[in-house]
Amino acid sequence: MKLISDPRPAIYLCALLLSSALARSQANSDCLACHSDASMQDASGHSLSVDEHKFGGSTHGSLQCVNCHQAIKGYPHPDKVTPVKCDACHADEAKGLTTSVHSNAAEHPCTSCHGDAHTIYPKTDARSAVYPLNIPRTCSACHSNNGMAGKHGLASVYPTYLDSIHGFALSNEGLLVAANCQSCHGSHHILSRKDPLSPTNKANVPKTCGSCHAGITENYLGGVHGKAIAAGKMNAPVCSDCHTAHAILQPTEAAFRSQSTPICGSCHKDKFSTYRDTFHSQLGALGGYVETARCWDCHGAHDVLPASDPHSPIAPANLVKTCGRCHAGANASFVKYQPHANARNRKLNPALYFIRTFMNLLLASVLTFFMIHTILWLIRSRVDQVKRKAAEGGKHA
Amino acid sequence: MPELELVLNHGKKQPGGEERFFQRFTRAQRTMHAVLFTTFLGLAGTGLPLRFSQSYWARRFASAVGGFGAILFFHKLCAVVLTIAFLLHVKEVFQRGLVNREKGIFWGATSMVGNWQDVKDLLNHLRWMVGLGSRPRFERYAYWEKFDYWAVFWGMIVIGFSGYAMWFAPFFAHFLPGWALNAVLVIHSEEGLLAILFIFSIHFVNTHLRPDSFPMDMVIFTGVESEEEFKSKRANEYARLKSEGKLESRLGEKPAAWYLNFSRLVGFTAISIGLILLVLTLSAYFNE
Repeated sequence: MKLISDPRPAIYLCALLLSSALARSQANSDCLACHSDASMQDASGHSLSVDEHKFGGSTHGSLQCVNCHQAIKGYPHPDKVTPVKCDACHADEAKGLTTSVHSNAAEHPCTSCHGDAHTIYPKTDARSAVYPLNIPRTCSACHSNNGMAGKHGLASVYPTYLDSIHGFALSNEGLLVAANCQSCHGSHHILSRKDPLSPTNKANVPKTCGSCHAGITENYLGGVHGKAIAAGKMNAPVCSDCHTAHAILQPTEAAFRSQSTPICGSCHKDKFSTYRDTFHSQLGALGGYVETARCWDCHGAHDVLPASDPHSPIAPANLVKTCGRCHAGANASFVKYQPHANARNRKLNPALYFIRTFMNLLLASVLTFFMIHTILWLIRSRVDQVKRKAAEGGKHA
Repeated sequence: MPELELVLNHGKKQPGGEERFFQRFTRAQRTMHAVLFTTFLGLAGTGLPLRFSQSYWARRFASAVGGFGAILFFHKLCAVVLTIAFLLHVKEVFQRGLVNREKGIFWGATSMVGNWQDVKDLLNHLRWMVGLGSRPRFERYAYWEKFDYWAVFWGMIVIGFSGYAMWFAPFFAHFLPGWALNAVLVIHSEEGLLAILFIFSIHFVNTHLRPDSFPMDMVIFTGVESEEEFKSKRANEYARLKSEGKLESRLGEKPAAWYLNFSRLVGFTAISIGLILLVLTLSAYFNE
């Protein structure tokens, strides 16, 4: 009864019997008699040689050649043999692959990622092509400038990734937990980000990033953007809208800080335009070794909350503290400053509107009057001068 | 170029004897002007990139000099120097006018304060420009020179106050309402723009580039002008001094050639920087 309730020992037994039976008919040593020749090639120049020692140490080392090369029944065998079907054993992986972006088996054979089938190692082995630290390089065979990316019109993401905080942690620090390609995209069942099931689909991005950045994702989900996404309002930004997917810059870097305000501004157009009128923006646009307030310095980054929420950094009660982070000595009157004042809007900011109008009128009238005054003066002076010279002897006229 | 002749003839022997030169500005006044235009160019050069921070040249300039930190530091440095110069000037005016009771500081023919005669001069000048009258004769300071002076005076108070209000915003917030902190940037930037446009176009042309002074009125550098220039530009002052018998007391020395050349170099550099800034300002303003 016990044997029947757990069939695995029986299967292993059958497999062992089967393989030993096959081994009798066709032993690895029979194959290696020819295929150990390092120079053995097929007509198109592909190596047909198998290093017995390396194969023995690989994850498939305990298998017999014919376990995979099932079409070969004896020797001599035909020149052309049916390709090995990995899915005979790796059915789940193969199933995932068939619906993925890599479903075309001719273009994406298993070996394109896992390497030569005779030297495959477990993914926990540093020699494996799919060892976490090796994955980006493996994917880069296609997804970089030199590979298939151009051919299929895909972005060359590998160099961008390498420069990112993830890529740096992985390639420079050898950090196993650093996000590599498959951490976000998955491995066999990779889907286009347009697919609602894809971990890189906009709706799923917070969850995907949250598998590592749990705390920040929790903050995000509590903010207006996270709530909007959860409610299906897909205009709201997810992680990758601000941080980008592959280039991910350090948020403290000037490059990120200066590129981020237009990102917020792409939706918050009116706020962006009024921000641009302020000293914060004017200074910030010029860059340099000091930083001025960008959107999230005041609004928060992940848990953006409306001013009406008492937890918001821009809630009236919190303004002195928020502004005071940069402006030492900020008081209740100081925080009445409007970081998004619109001097062009008479209804919203009447005082500012009239001051601006007055200044513009002053500028226009002074310049207009003196422009006319100067032009008339220039003409008259020149006419007089020519006349005078003419009277003096005519040689300069 | 006939215009150049006036300048080239400066200091040359005229038929009929050695040309006389008359003092117009003291060394202190010329130094004040030099400090004023140096700091003004510095303030304009560092203020414009901030005003037009979205423009290509502003960003290029900023990254070349080390970002806004460097720009702001230089802007504040020039501002402090100009503030000191302004306060010294105000002190001098009060010292001379109120303490020493010197005549002609607050009113009279030699004062900078505008009077009814200036209004008449302006109207007569305009009449002459359109061919409806003869050229008016001016006193020590013509109306457009007084305007220049008061425009700068008012500008320094307005731009200076609004600038310090931004610099020390938390302090000023103790006695200014919140919206004033928004207003000071608008005021600072508009008034600054007016000053830049006015100085680099109107003042340059009225004082230096018009045919009577082309290409540059050297009197602000040398302090002296030729008798011919004095007589033609400020006929009333010349006549008044002559009738009062004080003309000889104003006699100055003919400027040395090296000093004249040095002044030209400095002056042309300043005017060139100003004109470049004017072009950049206009291009950025109309591309906004």
